[in-house]
Amino acid sequence: MRHLLSAGDLDLDEACLILDTAAQLASVSDRSVKKLPTLRGRTVVNLFFEDSTRTRISFEIAAKRLSADVINFAARGSSVSKGESLKDTALTLEAMGADAVVIRHGSSGAPHRLATAGWIQGSVVNAGDGTHEHPTQALLDAFTLRHHLRDGTGDLAGLQVAIVGDILHSRVARSNVLLLRTLGAEVTVVAPPTLLPFGVADWPCVVSYNLDEVLPNVDAVMMLRVQTERMQAAYFPSENEYSRRYGLDVRRMGLLPPHAIVLHPGPMIRGMEISADVADSPRAVMAEQVANGVSIRMAVLYLLLGGMTDDDRKEL
Amino acid sequence: MTLSTVIRGVRPYNEEPVDVVVKGGVIAEVVKAGSGAGRVVDASGLIALPGFVDLHTHLREPGREDAETIETGSQAAALGGFTAVFAMANTSPVADTAGVVEQVWHLGQQTGLVDVFPVGAVTVGLEGAHLAELGAMATSVAQVRMFSDDGKCVHDAAIMRRALEYVKAFDGVIAQHAQEPRLTVDAQMNEGLLSGQLGLAGWPSVAEESIVARDVLLAEHVDSRLHVCHVSTAGSVDIIRWAKSKGIKVTAEVTPHHLLLTEDLVASYDPVYKVNPPLRTGADIAALRAALADGTIDALATDHAPHPHEDKDCEWAAAAFGMLGLQTAFSIAVLTMIESGLLDWRALADRMSVRPARIGHAIGHGQGLVVGAPANICLVDPDAFWVAEPSSFASKSRNSPYAGMTLPGRVVHVYKAGKATVVDGGLAC
Amino acid sequence: MDSGMTVPAERSVVLDAGDMGRAIRRIAHEIVERNKGAADLILLGIPTRGVFLAQRIASAITPIDGEAVEVGALDITLYRDDLRLRPARALEPTAIPAGGIDNKVVVLIDDVLFSGRTVRSALDALNDIGRPRAVQLAALVDRGHRELPIRADFVGKNLPTALAEQVRVRLVEFDEIDEVTIEGGAR
Ligand SMILES: [Zn+2]
Repeated sequence: MRHLLSAGDLDLDEACLILDTAAQLASVSDRSVKKLPTLRGRTVVNLFFEDSTRTRISFEIAAKRLSADVINFAARGSSVSKGESLKDTALTLEAMGADAVVIRHGSSGAPHRLATAGWIQGSVVNAGDGTHEHPTQALLDAFTLRHHLRDGTGDLAGLQVAIVGDILHSRVARSNVLLLRTLGAEVTVVAPPTLLPFGVADWPCVVSYNLDEVLPNVDAVMMLRVQTERMQAAYFPSENEYSRRYGLDVRRMGLLPPHAIVLHPGPMIRGMEISADVADSPRAVMAEQVANGVSIRMAVLYLLLGGMTDDDRKEL
Repeated sequence: MTLSTVIRGVRPYNEEPVDVVVKGGVIAEVVKAGSGAGRVVDASGLIALPGFVDLHTHLREPGREDAETIETGSQAAALGGFTAVFAMANTSPVADTAGVVEQVWHLGQQTGLVDVFPVGAVTVGLEGAHLAELGAMATSVAQVRMFSDDGKCVHDAAIMRRALEYVKAFDGVIAQHAQEPRLTVDAQMNEGLLSGQLGLAGWPSVAEESIVARDVLLAEHVDSRLHVCHVSTAGSVDIIRWAKSKGIKVTAEVTPHHLLLTEDLVASYDPVYKVNPPLRTGADIAALRAALADGTIDALATDHAPHPHEDKDCEWAAAAFGMLGLQTAFSIAVLTMIESGLLDWRALADRMSVRPARIGHAIGHGQGLVVGAPANICLVDPDAFWVAEPSSFASKSRNSPYAGMTLPGRVVHVYKAGKATVVDGGLAC
Repeated sequence: MDSGMTVPAERSVVLDAGDMGRAIRRIAHEIVERNKGAADLILLGIPTRGVFLAQRIASAITPIDGEAVEVGALDITLYRDDLRLRPARALEPTAIPAGGIDNKVVVLIDDVLFSGRTVRSALDALNDIGRPRAVQLAALVDRGHRELPIRADFVGKNLPTALAEQVRVRLVEFDEIDEVTIEGGAR
């Protein structure tokens, strides 16, 4: 593995390797010494063009637990406001000797560009790009599903998962559909037709407009945040109508089979896509998702940087 | 007393070899091969075509001389086999006054490699709100006949109607960049399965087709001339075909890249493939080629859109729309239309010279290889192959999607009004 | 196999299944003898084969001492000093008995003792897990060529080797046969 750009780039073996590695690394979080010497001398840059404190901190903890040097680079300027360009930032990081760049960017494909444009040598990890993908989120979700609904090993064959909400603009949904499919799970995306991407019928998932029909048949339901800005752009008429039709409240949670769990990538809008009672119920596994995020990101960083890299090869 | 030039043994439209004798800037006579008298240029093995006319270029001057100038754009055009180009109005300042179009016209004449026909803006500042002084531009030295807000769509139906009506006074034509703005907010690529996967906002075909449909109906209603820029979808082709069958005065163009490249290239997120309208699907390409072949689409036009390196060496959303086209248009036409057998050489000349000249009123161009016509001639080697290397292009910019591709057909010599502008594939002088 | 060797020039079996069983039993006896019983003992095998050896030694201790001895696994991959010499390796399981290792006697168990670097990594790993009262080392084979000041407490067989030779331990649990071989090199 050279980069992690898309959950779709992972085959079943690679995906399972990351999950298995994360499972081993998870125990480090339970030790009194929560640190491994593995990435001593490696430099990981968190390059965040969008504010996302939780994702940035998760990667930062992961890198530090592996003893990497961590540089947090909060870049201003995006595709909209012309600040320092992605390229110039990349060249700066290259000069600093970054072994891996963890990038969050508002523009779909920016990590792909960073990895392929020849600006930097190091590994690139996509920490969320525009409305494209967020592969480590999908991996941590799969890890959480595997822990709760399987015995913590192997794939997710036969698992039924519903992803509900703004699929159109969700990088989490895209990565999850791809990864869950690779792991053998069956995914149903649920949303009003306006919040589904054009061509979704050809995605490797089932499409539904009706949450009540879907819930009784799933092992897990993943609720996505719906930004109220979407209302202004006429994707749906009102918050009330949205949450009446697609919000997860206690009544709807009752439609789930007893073993089913509720996931949310955060940050949640309580009262919109998920009611407070559901968010605080024992079926909601958001806190575990956060903890698992650290293990997954440790696994990804270890697999990218824990062995011989291109730089090492050059020095030989 | 001007000397005659004899283009010896050339095959007009790939037909029987002849000598084309050029004198005083016009084609003086076409005689049996080997019999012409004067200074001889050996053109055996070459095909003679009328100099190409490009209805759609962006020469960036005034305003973005870092991307292209009228001089470098003219050089690229000449090297591409063109003797006339239409320069779009989206410069800075916008070509919406007689002053700006005359400046462009004069700069073109000074460079002298191709005739640069300025396109006038339809609305002031391309803002779609108030008609520009179309009449003043028409009666200026530049004699503007084609008006376009290209880059932006004249989306207000009332403004479009008035523009179509107004230009009838001087037989003008409105060239529409058909893009419904509300359906293409932040649009980045063709809307389809791939745009959903790549997370790039879609530019749906219907955003083009709805404007084309509206505009042909308006053109019919007011009995005026409409030209559709860079048609990119099969649906637009159907509408234009229907409109023509009804006798509506609509003409249309297609770009070389929309005849060859598909949206799949966008999966690389390499902004060299970012263009407006976006690259579409294989089915669209097939429909566009068929339409250019049967004449539903009248002209091949490059939409040559130079951009400095920094506007393409970035992430996709931040990158500018557009591709270079002038120096590769002929080869892409050979690749897509001649090699496929869809067009013969005479028909290719019709789509690249005769019809575009007629649509835009390019005075002195597009009359074909007939005695008495201005000697605007392009000599091409149909059997040559060359590797597209943008760093060697005359354009100031490098944003060619064909970099590294081996392309068929090479422009060898070009004459504009009898004067050599390109010799052996390089600029004359 | 490295250094471009194709088919091993030589392959000789230095321990067969019977030899191996005796060596394991002897190690078990020595561990009990040295520690005056099996109380507070934890056997930690170093994956892959060290873990199976640890289980076998534990089984051999039980009849001697009458008490079941705790067994676990200690993966040292994340502590290796040669990570950059190969692509990233998959991790093996680490399993520490529930009571932890504090104040216990940990016996590290590996198949072959060679440079000593693996053991050094294991000591580093142990250090991050807890504070044992003592750490001892058992190896089925000691082939020499130490690069660090490390010595085994319990050795199944001392095996003088040339550097170019490969010592291979095979166990039925993993390799379908019990044997130790020396392969390659000029003998
Ligand atoms: Zn345009």
